[in-house]
Amino acid sequence: MSLSVFFQHCLTGISLGGAYALIAIGYTMVYGILRLINFAHGDIFMVAGYFMIFATATFGWLAGIPIMLICTVVLGVVIERAAYKPIRTAPRMSVMISAIGVSYLLQNLTTYLFTALPRPYPEIPVLKRIFQIGSVSASLVTFLTPVLTVALVILLVYITNHTKIGMAMRAVSRDFETSRLMGIRINQVISITFVIGSFLAGVGSLLYFTDRMSVTPFSGTLPGLKCFVAAVIGGIGSVPGAVVGGFVIGICETFLIALGYSTFSDAFTFILLIIMLLFRPTGLFGEKMIDKV
Amino acid sequence: MTKTILKAEDITMQFGGVVAVNNFSMEVHEGEIVALIGPNGAGKTTAFNVITGVYAPTNGAVYFNEEMVISNFPQGKMKKMYAGENHGKYTKKLEKTPDQITRLGVARTFQNIRLFRSLTVFENVLIAKHMRSKANVFSATFRLNGKEEQKNKKETMELLEIVGLSDLKDEIAGSLPYGKQRHLEIARALATDPKLLLLDEPAAGMNPQETDELTAFIKRVKEQFGLTVFMIEHHMDLVMEISDRIYVLDFGKPIAAGTPDEIQNNKRVIEAYLGVPEDE
Amino acid sequence: MNMKKTTKYICTLIAAAAFILLLVFLESNKNTYGMAVTVLQKGFILAVVAVSMNLLNGFTGLFSLGQAGFMALGAYTYAIFTIPLESRASVYYISGMNPVLAGIELPMLAALLAGGLVAALFAAVIGFPVLRLKSDYLAIATLGFSEIIRALIASPQMDTITNGSYGLKSIPAASIYVVIGLCVISIGIMALLINSSYGRAFKAIREDEIAAEAMGINLLKHKELAFVISSFFAGIGGGLLAMFMRSIDSSTFKIALTYDILLIVVIGGMGSITGSVLSALLVTASKEWWLRFFDEPLTIGGVSIPLFRNGFRMVIFSVLLMVVVLFYRRGIMGTNEFSWEGFFGLIRSVPQRIGSLFRRKEGASND
Repeated sequence: MSLSVFFQHCLTGISLGGAYALIAIGYTMVYGILRLINFAHGDIFMVAGYFMIFATATFGWLAGIPIMLICTVVLGVVIERAAYKPIRTAPRMSVMISAIGVSYLLQNLTTYLFTALPRPYPEIPVLKRIFQIGSVSASLVTFLTPVLTVALVILLVYITNHTKIGMAMRAVSRDFETSRLMGIRINQVISITFVIGSFLAGVGSLLYFTDRMSVTPFSGTLPGLKCFVAAVIGGIGSVPGAVVGGFVIGICETFLIALGYSTFSDAFTFILLIIMLLFRPTGLFGEKMIDKV
Repeated sequence: MTKTILKAEDITMQFGGVVAVNNFSMEVHEGEIVALIGPNGAGKTTAFNVITGVYAPTNGAVYFNEEMVISNFPQGKMKKMYAGENHGKYTKKLEKTPDQITRLGVARTFQNIRLFRSLTVFENVLIAKHMRSKANVFSATFRLNGKEEQKNKKETMELLEIVGLSDLKDEIAGSLPYGKQRHLEIARALATDPKLLLLDEPAAGMNPQETDELTAFIKRVKEQFGLTVFMIEHHMDLVMEISDRIYVLDFGKPIAAGTPDEIQNNKRVIEAYLGVPEDE
Repeated sequence: MNMKKTTKYICTLIAAAAFILLLVFLESNKNTYGMAVTVLQKGFILAVVAVSMNLLNGFTGLFSLGQAGFMALGAYTYAIFTIPLESRASVYYISGMNPVLAGIELPMLAALLAGGLVAALFAAVIGFPVLRLKSDYLAIATLGFSEIIRALIASPQMDTITNGSYGLKSIPAASIYVVIGLCVISIGIMALLINSSYGRAFKAIREDEIAAEAMGINLLKHKELAFVISSFFAGIGGGLLAMFMRSIDSSTFKIALTYDILLIVVIGGMGSITGSVLSALLVTASKEWWLRFFDEPLTIGGVSIPLFRNGFRMVIFSVLLMVVVLFYRRGIMGTNEFSWEGFFGLIRSVPQRIGSLFRRKEGASND
């Protein structure tokens, strides 16, 4: 592998990792607050792809992007209100089953509406423009993804650490019941978490599908699982952890594919998960929690 | 002198920067009833959880029947953060899990009752017999352990008779009145065939009459099963009536130990409970 | 209401005899009742897998989503060892069969058992690191595992063993009596386990892990046991499915299959064996037979109803799952089991219930 090829793969890996990181943040935030693996998150990301296809077809890509983001955010919040809120006090397993139910519904509904055949993702000419740096060439989206990811994460970290709603979010993730007693409006905090998570999934979907060019009802499953693994590797509940996890998985996957092990690149993600759980179950940035007896 | 059944040495439990229990040592002799008292948040339940293996202590050791069952010393990050005493005295890491400790003959109840709520009273007690059963999963599934199963069921029934819950045997545990749930939890602990019974606030939330009944009940089962009892309790009437000896914890530190009479007149204990008069 | 033990035995015997007669009748009139024969077999096979999932999710309180993966292991193991030697060349026509495996042909039962054991072995390996942690991780690790297995089976590197993405065919079938008989035995063994001393320990873990541990129950050992046994029977279920379908490929064992089984367990009631069996039969019958028309264009009086086309059936099923989870969390049976007392009680109460339905209507019309 020559140096320029190496850099080329690094770039692709960082770009993929950026998209993964954005999705992983949605998992980690929801888990941090509700202790729920939001199995539907990968499907929200997939549906965002379809939103973009139809929004672009009607309004062009420039107006299509904000419309897609708004629709995705609305979808995320509606799912929380309809499927998670009514059973918040139920056993945790019921809530997880509800999340699976939503995932199942979104997959079957998109199959019903748009068939299982891949739909071409709209080409955004600006993002597709090829840049050449030395011997390495890549489209703008490849350069843009990591930059955008880092910018959004800095914004998010600022929000969680320096705003009132951010403080409320941190409080709720520490102790749900006590936060409620302190007068924090739990429903508002949860909704905002889903707004942020879905927004980032929308951005992630734009960056991810622009590179892959087509969407199917099942395109969200595997990226969704991988991003959850990324969140666990980073330490579930930690936003910077999710970002690091996303980049680790994106880069490893790209190199495995480059080396010719494409079948095993998916398997690798889960082997990484098992190894991580064996040696450091709290993840890279996670804190150990002690259950009170 | 009778045998020491339980001994804790220099137990320190530190959560992050908070020292919940600091250098706590104590002994329980065979046949005694010993109480651990102290104001709320003094670290009593934490000490209990260390003894039963739920938490690994940060430093110190626990012996049961003169055999070491738990020992630990500050490691990793804790090495620098450790704020307790006797740093370096212990060098062995030995953590028996709660189930192993139960097998050795230490049974416990919980402060906030932990029954198998959607199972029946009978099943709750019968489950405790599982650990002594010799059947493997294969012979249990194909009912090759019929005799043992019959024996366990018979013993469970006898135990329920003794504790006075036999007419409630088919009730769902979660639907029992509070006082009965406390009794059931003790019955379930007894079914593990313990030598030492640890009770975490058995009279919590009980009215004076229920407390009296419980006092009599504890005395009775202690005699009947030849038990040693170590308990945490806030009801001073109960503690003073049945304890042979008492340990007092305050802010994680042991402040006194002795017979009920000694404790009642101990100045530090009174200060811990009532506060220091301001004009002094 | 209490019934004598002998009465209950007689009822059970009559029901069993009636069921066998029904099977004989359907089997001998296969041409007319082909759909019923298919649905019964597939329903019972899915019931085995559903009960295996319930053993974990409903009785031990562990959330595993790897059923499709373990079924794939069982199905492929069964298929690889039972495809007749003479048809192997035509099955593995692309790259030939691995020379080590090419000469081995096992009897059906042995291959089925081997399938279960392979699934159990994989479960033991995954369970060891994951079961020590919070149960959430089990869900994601098993779901991931199931996808890996599927990807590996379809990969070109596995061509000489699994025939890659071409799948396996010419798998020997068994008669309906053998298939359903094996299903009943498997479910029976799981029911015996659940009602044994170990089953009680599993339930204790579901109710309260800390209290279970204080009762001397070794958490890791019992969780691992439940997980391995559950996966063993998922593997057996997969083998039976291969026996029934006669040809399999990796796309049979998608995550959607796990979700289908979860749907069955949830509708039947988490923690009820008879609920899972009943629900497996009902769901399979609805899906493969009664509700087929949802996927066909429908025309009533010359007007075509727009919703009815391919895929609508699965939308209905997803909505059904959501409705059960949100509004009828106990499913059909909750944690109860079928009993003759309950059954006759239900029948006896039917006139009364219908009556009360009418009364309510009258009351409403009076307002």
